[in-house]
Amino acid sequence: MKPTNSPAGARESILSKIRTSLGASENDDARTAAAEQRITAKPRAAAPLRVAETGTDLLARFKDELQRQLATVAEVATATEIPAAIAGYLHANNQPLRLRHGADAYLSSLDFSSVEGFETARGAAAPDDSAGLSAAFAGIAETGTMALASGPDNPVTLGYLPDTHIIIVPKTRIVATFEDAFELLRERPSANPMPRTLNLITGPSRTADIGGRIVIGAHGPRRLLAILAGDL
Amino acid sequence: MQPTSHDFKSNARTALADRQLQEALSGIPGGLVAQRRAARDRLPEFDDLRDYGRDLRNHALQHLDIYLERYEQAVTEAGGHVHWASTGGDACAAILRICQGAGAQLVTKGKSMVSEEIGLNANLEKAGLEVVETDLGEYILQIRHETPSHIIAPAIHLTQGQVEADFRREHSQLPKDRRLIDPAELVDEARQILREKFLNADVGITGANFLIAETGSSIIVTNEGNGDLTQSLAKVHIVITSVDKVVPTFNDAAALLRLLARSATGQEITSYTTFSTGPRRAGDPDGPEQYHVILLDNGRSELLGTEFREVLRCIRCGACMNHCPVYNAVGGHAYGWVYPGPIGAVLNPGMIGIKEAGNLPNASTFCGRCESVCPMHIPLPKLMRHWREREFLEGETPFVTRLALKSWATLARQPWAYHALSRLMSRAMKFASGRHGAFTWMPFASGWTGGRNFPAPQGKTFQELWAAREKQAARTGRTQ
Repeated sequence: MKPTNSPAGARESILSKIRTSLGASENDDARTAAAEQRITAKPRAAAPLRVAETGTDLLARFKDELQRQLATVAEVATATEIPAAIAGYLHANNQPLRLRHGADAYLSSLDFSSVEGFETARGAAAPDDSAGLSAAFAGIAETGTMALASGPDNPVTLGYLPDTHIIIVPKTRIVATFEDAFELLRERPSANPMPRTLNLITGPSRTADIGGRIVIGAHGPRRLLAILAGDL
Repeated sequence: MQPTSHDFKSNARTALADRQLQEALSGIPGGLVAQRRAARDRLPEFDDLRDYGRDLRNHALQHLDIYLERYEQAVTEAGGHVHWASTGGDACAAILRICQGAGAQLVTKGKSMVSEEIGLNANLEKAGLEVVETDLGEYILQIRHETPSHIIAPAIHLTQGQVEADFRREHSQLPKDRRLIDPAELVDEARQILREKFLNADVGITGANFLIAETGSSIIVTNEGNGDLTQSLAKVHIVITSVDKVVPTFNDAAALLRLLARSATGQEITSYTTFSTGPRRAGDPDGPEQYHVILLDNGRSELLGTEFREVLRCIRCGACMNHCPVYNAVGGHAYGWVYPGPIGAVLNPGMIGIKEAGNLPNASTFCGRCESVCPMHIPLPKLMRHWREREFLEGETPFVTRLALKSWATLARQPWAYHALSRLMSRAMKFASGRHGAFTWMPFASGWTGGRNFPAPQGKTFQELWAAREKQAARTGRTQ
């Protein structure tokens, strides 16, 4: 398929109408430079005071904001504690000891055989999966948001099809703002820094579409567990 | 969608008499107002951020052609396709072509007001496709054959009882005696039914809250997660959006995201904010194989060159309608076309013409609440006034209104006549009102006197009272 298969001339017609409305001409170097300059400089709005003030405890802020969004937050010192922490959470919520995760190295290193009867699988989510496990590349303190990049390491469907979503957040990658998280994304070792999907997740799925009352578990996960890992 | 905006007055009358609608409207918009205020209080720099957002949207619009080309280039580099559409018909045709090219039978859809604008569902259904709305509110409306009455809470006009009745009628394969008392039970039922649709869909269509020129990404902001299931399970992801949505960078999107959810629902941020860039990559285990973006114009490029340019800054949060006394009284359907409330009163005439929608800018008291809460500082009352001027100039204002305005203008330009007449009227009305001091009925004012008494002037005009007061103050030497 060709890049543009719009009705003949739609593209040119729309762009030229826009230029006419703006009183601009097609090859105005000054305008192009102004736009390019903004794309290169990527100016930021002032960071919210709640994370910008010196001495802000970003980790505490992250946890607090995420809990306000009705997620469960746990902390572990090392990877060895994670299988038991997850098992305890699934058990407390009457969920089977089953989960699926992607090819992420840290997740793959977790030893779920340390918990008896824990079944794990790899790859994209299947319709009957009960829990998905993902790794965030950053936690954003200003709103308690987790940033996930899709790909073989973290299939995107794991965060939406299963009833339970569990996200491992590296403690060393709790940043203040959205912009800080985007900066981490730009540093990823890849030809194209943008994954197919960047998910910013802040709490479980919810809706208020029936009578304005909030119900948790609309189409996506009914519950969300964030595990802050000290060794990641 | 066939507009009924020209019938605003009778639509509003019907809405005011509709008990179920009034019950549904009684709490929800007010709740959103309180939640917005609480969110704003938690972010002391909220108003500074509004200024920043306004300026960045102005910059984006000022360089719109450049950012759109840049955006298109980035989408193409990421393996996606951009389709430009001047009209709703062109946009529908492009989407249908993509669906047919993919041999699609079942199409799932996330929430998109632009898709309402172009009448997408009817168009695809006519071609034999099954189209399923997956946002819970939109799903409810689809089975009721209704349109959204609010841009972020589409089913805000319905009560829980109405939804229960719809589900019992529509999901007749389920046991008749099942419990559907709690909203959670209704949500669960829809969840089960829509799961199957997500898993079997060939094409997933979403809207976009923003487009990013820097990376060619489209953003959706949701709470339910339906948009993510829609776009990651189908083979083809189509984004239907409009040319005004592009912002330069990720960081610019971040600034707007801080304003969007807080202004809309009072949330700090929604549960899910998702950035999509192209189709699935080599080695990706999931995600769509094709990614298409439809860029709709539908009159926006022309609005850009008029006194209405500022309305294009809109980020569709819905705060203006939540805070509007008229919207709160009549709901969204009375506005008669896709965009209700103050934003609709400014946008709709630009899209469907003054003849059809000229009534909407008149449906305002100009109380100014919409402008005071708009995160993009859109001067909605001023823009409504511009539409009133155009309506007058184009001769669409009704004869009686024109005559009244003309007489008043003539009178107001001759102060002696104005004063004399108002003195006369004031005294006559005092006399006519007798000892009640009020009228229970007045010619040309039955709309007022139908519900309450009209207090009669007490014999003196404002100017007379003011003059007397000045005199008194001069005598006693007090200015109070």
